[in-house]
Amino acid sequence: MIGLLSTGGAYAAFGATATADETTAVSQSTLDEGEKLFAANCATCHGAALEGTEAGPSLHGVGAASVDFQVGTGRMPMAFDGAQAERKPVQFTDEQVKALAAYVASISPGPAIPDEEYLQGDTDAANGAELFRINCAMCHNVAGAGGALTEGKFAPPLGGVAPEHIYEAMVTGPQNMPVFNDMNLSPADKADIISYLTYVDDNSSPGGFELGSLGPVAEGLFIWIFGLGAVIAITVWLTAKAN
Amino acid sequence: MSQHDDEATGSAVEAHTPREVSIGTAVANSDAVENPGLPPHRERVTDLDPRKDRQMSRRVVALFLFSILASIFAIVAYFVWPIDVSVEGFGTIRNNNMAIGIGLAFALLAIGTGVVLWGKNLMSGEEFVEQRHGTRGTDEVRAKVVKIFDDANKESGFGRRKLIRNTLFGAIAAWPLPAIFLFRDLAPAAEPHELLRHTMWDAGIRLVRDPDGTPIRAADVTIGSAFHVIPENLEEADHVLDAKAKAVVLLMRLNPAELNEREDRKDWSYDGIVAYSKICTHVGCPVALYEQHTHHLLCPCHQSQFDVANHAAVIFGPAARPLPQLPIEVDAEGYLVAKSDFTEPVGPSFWERER
Amino acid sequence: MSTSTVTPQTRGSRFTAAAANYLDERTSISGAVKELGRKIFPDHWSFMLGEVALYSFVVILLSGTFLTFFFDPSMTEVYYDGEYMPLSGIHMSVAYHSSLDLSFEVRGGLLMRQVHHWAALLFVASIGLHMLRVFFTGAFRKPREINWVIGFVLFVLAMAEGFTGYSLPDDLLSGNGLRIIDGMLKGLPVVGVWISYFLFGGEFPGVEVIPRLYVLHIMLLPAILIVTLALHMVLLIVNKHTQFAGPGRTNENVVGVPILPHFAAKAGGFFFLVFGVIMLIATFFTINPIWNYGPYDPSPVSAGTQPDWYIGFADGALRLAPPNWDVHVFGYTLPFGILVPMIALVGLLVVVAIYPFLEAWITGDKREHHIADRPRNAPTRTAIGAAGVTFYAVMWAAASSDIMATHFMLTMEGVIHTLQALLFVGPVIAYIVTKRICLGLQKKDREIALHGFESGRIVRMPGGAYIEVHEQLDEYERWRLVSYTDYAPLMIRPNAKGRITATQRARAALSRWFFEDRIVPPTKGEIEHAKEHGHH
Repeated sequence: MIGLLSTGGAYAAFGATATADETTAVSQSTLDEGEKLFAANCATCHGAALEGTEAGPSLHGVGAASVDFQVGTGRMPMAFDGAQAERKPVQFTDEQVKALAAYVASISPGPAIPDEEYLQGDTDAANGAELFRINCAMCHNVAGAGGALTEGKFAPPLGGVAPEHIYEAMVTGPQNMPVFNDMNLSPADKADIISYLTYVDDNSSPGGFELGSLGPVAEGLFIWIFGLGAVIAITVWLTAKAN
Repeated sequence: MSQHDDEATGSAVEAHTPREVSIGTAVANSDAVENPGLPPHRERVTDLDPRKDRQMSRRVVALFLFSILASIFAIVAYFVWPIDVSVEGFGTIRNNNMAIGIGLAFALLAIGTGVVLWGKNLMSGEEFVEQRHGTRGTDEVRAKVVKIFDDANKESGFGRRKLIRNTLFGAIAAWPLPAIFLFRDLAPAAEPHELLRHTMWDAGIRLVRDPDGTPIRAADVTIGSAFHVIPENLEEADHVLDAKAKAVVLLMRLNPAELNEREDRKDWSYDGIVAYSKICTHVGCPVALYEQHTHHLLCPCHQSQFDVANHAAVIFGPAARPLPQLPIEVDAEGYLVAKSDFTEPVGPSFWERER
Repeated sequence: MSTSTVTPQTRGSRFTAAAANYLDERTSISGAVKELGRKIFPDHWSFMLGEVALYSFVVILLSGTFLTFFFDPSMTEVYYDGEYMPLSGIHMSVAYHSSLDLSFEVRGGLLMRQVHHWAALLFVASIGLHMLRVFFTGAFRKPREINWVIGFVLFVLAMAEGFTGYSLPDDLLSGNGLRIIDGMLKGLPVVGVWISYFLFGGEFPGVEVIPRLYVLHIMLLPAILIVTLALHMVLLIVNKHTQFAGPGRTNENVVGVPILPHFAAKAGGFFFLVFGVIMLIATFFTINPIWNYGPYDPSPVSAGTQPDWYIGFADGALRLAPPNWDVHVFGYTLPFGILVPMIALVGLLVVVAIYPFLEAWITGDKREHHIADRPRNAPTRTAIGAAGVTFYAVMWAAASSDIMATHFMLTMEGVIHTLQALLFVGPVIAYIVTKRICLGLQKKDREIALHGFESGRIVRMPGGAYIEVHEQLDEYERWRLVSYTDYAPLMIRPNAKGRITATQRARAALSRWFFEDRIVPPTKGEIEHAKEHGHH
């Protein structure tokens, strides 16, 4: 009984740390730095008071996780108005990203940057893989190779994406990705999914080179170009008269 | 140039008098260019230079020896790179696979290369000519065959005893018919299209998360969320996968202002929360790619697109009908439940669907 | 030849003689060896493509037999207790479990699985290429029409073998493939639901389909395939191989190397080479990583769900259908979105199967044809082939519309709409362009046969004019260019009753379509004339 209670308590605590709005104290200097960065880089589109403009949406209720994801993966600031914001080289240092996130969260509270404990990649990968197949694979592909969406949008490949960004994407639902809140996938579930993706990243295929994990299309092209190509080269050599 | 058998002597281009057959619309040209005959034979270096010949035979022998070594390597590899996942990890499978494969591949390639080199360079390089003979049998043989059939017909009375012959045909034709019935038990004794009209959903059945079965409160489904849902009683089904194949549902919450609902289905949703069958109405793939801003659902198999904001109407791709909607409400404890089963068959169109 | 009179001396040859004698006295095999042993085979690289198919099939049989020792097709549900951590404790069928086990826990098992699957892809690909070779060189003409049909049956059987095999591991990818088959079957009028019901032994997915496909895959289909293949080979021997036109080669002879020893060495060596290439690919490249896909479950699906390449054209055809195309007749449903693509596919296959008879009817040519056409010398046939290939290729490309969209930064709607247009426009363009190219090449050949080719040598004439010296061909080279059958369009003539029948009219129209544009091969007289003219 005590065990059960303590487990439940621990679970509640996890839930709290993972979902609570930014409550830990952030130094004023960080917030000032964030405010400056925001005014210089974001306010043109999102408005000085985060209210949004015609060029960019309002940032009400976005929280730190969203900022960390969007800016930390280089999607924001956007380079041009495409079908969707794309991953590109990050324009700010890690501290600057965190300052920006802290500033936005201080005005517009929302999901926080996840705790380290969920990002270790050492939890139940089997559960993670099953959840990944049900909730994520239809867009991102079972091996995380990415896939197409409507009208030129796409679900990006997940290889090499930092665990915190994966977590933040699930919590905030960037672009057209649905939101997976903690009642849908608990923080432990999210940690399992990250563990599975970490496993996929860390372990190369036992069968050899993977041809982009694109499945039968890549395999078919390979056999036509290289398989039949090699065989035809052999037939030409075979039937050519020797010198 | 040499002839390969004694009967077929003469030059390669031989005067030939074929049986008269129709040439159709082909144009016979009396002034056509004549076939110049086989060009003179060209000797190979191995024919001319004994040293090259010896060199080539050494090369072939080396290839065969190399092949033996490669085969031995494959056997050794079997033991040297064992599969030991629990201790050494998954890389051991890859190593085992590659080491054995390299041995076998090179053993095969060396044999093949050696044999071909032998054939191309050391075996006789002369070209042979063989005469073709028409595919049809000679008139003499054909006459004999006709006579055989004639005799057989006379002796058996096959053509004359028509009643015997025709009843035999009838009997042989009737004989396989029982097989059609024998195969009836490939499937159980039900009307299949009736089965397609029902799923596990019913009034009061809770919507629970796939796969762990946690019930879902309306409040859990925040705007922009997508939940993959199964009925709570799924495990009670006789065949869980069969039941799941019809019952899977996607639960989404939209801003109610953005939701354009049909008049008769206003009460099928709950505060912007809608539930649609996940089985594509095209050929049945799970339609689960939900874009939370466009509210489009995309099927990854054939790219049919459904507009969730607009009662899942087909807006692109080969699907023919909107996804069936599951009417939902909230029970006393705040959990989402079905109001009834789907009101139409889920999944692909079929012949008896509208009956 | 001189050695044949030497009496056997060594122990080895005495043993061989004794063994041969033993066999012959019991089987009269000497007759068969006499018939076949020195049979002549013409040499051309494109004649080896059928062999690639044959050898991949042998590789498939060998590796497949290995796999059957470890694979268990049962659909009984179990929990995974094997070595692959990301699946531990997951609910799955025995079929999937044993596929994982034979990959991860049998040494060389994964290698054999990859050999089997890569060889299967190569098998169908080489059959396809072999068929294209036969088509474009007109090697399907009398007396080989029946063998063309047998080969076509082999092609269909190979695809059936491929699809049944693809489904056996009961993984998520192939399970969704089966679900698509189920959906297509259900769309068939009247019997659709029943056929699906019988195939799956109840509702989809049921617990019967994998064992049933297994029986088809390892017993019924291979048995039919082997018998059909044997028939194909027997007819090949009876008809002898075609050869390309060349000096000394006529419609009445075969020029090449004898089976024993030269061709046997090449063909035998080639078997090992094909096997070696497959083995090398299987060693280094993953195919069908079923552990990534997970066990079949009707709820999940992966982005990029595609069949193996040879089913791609069917999958693509489905993707190209327009939306909202259910038709209701007397209260029954006809899903045109499924039926029309299926009709298109079956139609394409039927045209492929009956093409030889069609062409034979149009030309009315009842002679045997043993000289393979150069594709340019049958412009209309080549153009029809190009149109067919384009039609197929568009459907094939459509099967990867999503992957094209992501990899070339396009919208999937744009890709699909483009392909929908190309499905109709593409074959027409391919037809016209190919025919023009063929006629152009024929013209050039004729030109070269008459006037020689440009040597690149410029000579100044005594009068000060510069001319480029044309080098004349020798008679061997010229023969390749001028020796082809030329057909004229059919003239409509009244039959014995003085009437022109509709069939006759149709045939004449088709004949005009085939042979209206033609380049006549130069005659002896023309060549002589050109020569004199060239010499001034």
